[in-house]
Amino acid sequence: MLSIKNLKVSINEKEILKGLSLEVNAGEIHAIMGPNGTGKSTLASIIAGRDIFNVDSGEVIYKGKNLLEMAPEVRACDGIFLGFQYPVEIPGVSITNFLRTAMNEQRKYRGLEPITAKEFFAKMEEKKKLVEIHSKLTNRSVNEGFSGGEKKKNEIFQMAMLEPELAILDETDSGLDIDALKIVAKGVNSLRTENNAFIVITHYQRLLDYIVPDFVHVLYEGKIVKTGGKELAFELEEKGYEWLKN
Amino acid sequence: MQPLVKNNILKEKIIGLSRENREDIIGYDTPDITKIREQALSKFVDLGFPDQSVEEWRNTNLDNALSYDYNLAFHPVKKITNIESIFKCNVPHLNTLLLPLLNGWHVFMGEALKTLEDGTIVGSFAHAIKKYPEIIGRHFSKYSGAGKNGLEALNTAIAQDGIFIYVPEGVEVKSPIQIVNIIRPESNIFVQARNLIILGKNSKLTLVHCDDSYNLLPGFSNTVTEVFIGENAKLNHNKLQNINNDSTIINSTYFHQKSNSKLLYNAISLNGGLIRNNTYVKLNGEGCETNILGLYLMDKTQHIDNYTYIDHVKPNCNSKKLFKGILDEKATGVFNGHVHVRRDAQNTNAVQKNQNILLTDTAKIDTKPFLEIYADDVKCSHGATVGQLNTEALFYIRSRGIEERNAELLLMYAFAAEVINHISIDALRDRIDDMVKKRLRGELSVCDQCVLHCSSQEQPVQFDIDMSLLKTNN
Ligand SMILES: Nc1ncnc2c1ncn2[C@@H]1O[C@H](COP(=O)(O)OP(=O)(O)OP(=O)(O)O)[C@@H](O)[C@H]1O
Ligand SMILES: [Mg+2]
Repeated sequence: MLSIKNLKVSINEKEILKGLSLEVNAGEIHAIMGPNGTGKSTLASIIAGRDIFNVDSGEVIYKGKNLLEMAPEVRACDGIFLGFQYPVEIPGVSITNFLRTAMNEQRKYRGLEPITAKEFFAKMEEKKKLVEIHSKLTNRSVNEGFSGGEKKKNEIFQMAMLEPELAILDETDSGLDIDALKIVAKGVNSLRTENNAFIVITHYQRLLDYIVPDFVHVLYEGKIVKTGGKELAFELEEKGYEWLKN
Repeated sequence: MQPLVKNNILKEKIIGLSRENREDIIGYDTPDITKIREQALSKFVDLGFPDQSVEEWRNTNLDNALSYDYNLAFHPVKKITNIESIFKCNVPHLNTLLLPLLNGWHVFMGEALKTLEDGTIVGSFAHAIKKYPEIIGRHFSKYSGAGKNGLEALNTAIAQDGIFIYVPEGVEVKSPIQIVNIIRPESNIFVQARNLIILGKNSKLTLVHCDDSYNLLPGFSNTVTEVFIGENAKLNHNKLQNINNDSTIINSTYFHQKSNSKLLYNAISLNGGLIRNNTYVKLNGEGCETNILGLYLMDKTQHIDNYTYIDHVKPNCNSKKLFKGILDEKATGVFNGHVHVRRDAQNTNAVQKNQNILLTDTAKIDTKPFLEIYADDVKCSHGATVGQLNTEALFYIRSRGIEERNAELLLMYAFAAEVINHISIDALRDRIDDMVKKRLRGELSVCDQCVLHCSSQEQPVQFDIDMSLLKTNN
């Protein structure tokens, strides 16, 4: 589904990703761990299409297409979703309207008719229940004045509504209480099929108790330096990252 | 300086014409009013048109607007064909009492002044001078101080007609009253309109006030509106401006508030070559509330200048100002917000904000919120922001599948909505909403009819993206 080869990315002449490779197949869950500032969010942004970075070399192929040539909205329409580490506040735009617009643009891209209001609201209700989000929240402006945890839940809610094929969750677990963490996991697990894939960026092994990854990667100084099964997460929790240096 | 000479030519021409047409100008006057006019004319002779050496006009250059060889309209247009279609306003479900102004003259069928069932008097200002000299004498030129600048002095000196509204004590006028001010030049025209609106004690009025042009010829509209809001009265004043790119509006509005009165003023400027809104509010009684909002959407080489002055004279009053603007291409804008808190005005609450989005490097805004405080127990704040569309927000929106252009529109619209949402007449808000969306998409034309008429031939604007549910949270 996603194939990244020897990706080098910089910003303002500063190298961030230094030859990163990653293969993700449909049906898989990948966890990416690593110290602060090693390029995890940069990788997520590159996949989603943020254009402030320079791709110096390497390739990113998604469903057989050169992802780097696609506009962010086209990527989204083609099934990519990024749950932001720092979700952005958009005053004046209600979540309801935002999602309905997004959903209809995605449907248009796929040659589908706009969703009817009835279907849309039914779906909202269903997904709100799933991620246990307050009704009041969805009438508010996107992320405006939300608590840290509410913002993260809202990301999962959007993911549940948009039903992506490849979802990247960037530290969605940070700042969540244990109940919210379970809800996030529920959101992921209920969406999971053999046709879609997840990349879960996290600092905590704890999340992986609920979302069981097929692979755990360590991103360190711009490269994936180690890949293992979920037991690798325990090892990291225990030993930190120092031992990976050499 | 070349342009100065041009201005002087126009000035001399206007002074000459004013003297020639003196009999017509003072035709309806009482001696007192004639005296006020004469003083105002000598003030105009002294001051001339404002130029950029005056601090308050530093960033607005009138040279180009004054460079046309204008004519004045000392008489109403004689034969008006298809008058109904010119002023017909087809906003669905907006039922207003329409008061048309054509080239500064009230166009009426039947009586020039009407008394409504509830006792409210509406109609021609010229006729009101004659019919209600006592009321006019009490209010005319009492709030504008005969004009702070040459243009306002000129208006006082020679404006013959305009709209007069008198709401008696205790009357709550049911349907909104709508003034539609249209300039229809046969050739270039310089129009003065003078409006006087009086709200008696405990009364209530909703006003819709539109400035439009009828064709694409240059016009200069110099309007002065004086508004008296009596004790405990409430005025909801919605202003809409949509004139052609070669036209100029100087719109000076003086609000005089008595104790416990409330004012909500909304000025939405959609299009115009040069627009200057002077808004003066005097809070001359305790417990007043005033809310001044503005939205301007300018592009090409258009220029917008919002000058506001709020005078807190008495204690325990609240004032709020919020002006928001989006400037595209080479448009320029000015915001001058002056809040004056006098020594006696203890326990004043005053907030003013001006927020701008510049879409290009060539668009420009000069913003100057200014507080002048002499009382010690006050809460005042002011702030101005100038920025571009938030790129992180744009990326966030696009990352959900929304096309770049639509993401921009969504952000711009959300920005504007904060002002639009204050319009309390649902039908009007919906239409303005529509027009703002159209304007942001670059599809709004300055039509040849009422500003609210613009999309009459078509269906209401449909966005590819649905924004119908879009609302700011409160
Ligand atoms: N817009 C930017 N401008 C300059 N430097 C940036 C920018 N974005 C990221 N960086 C730098 O790139 C490096 C990687 O940042 P990134 O956000 O990808 O780290 P991360 O692995 O997600 O860290 P964390 O675990 O703290 O979220 C950091 O050194 C960061 O300062
Ligand atoms: Mg990060």
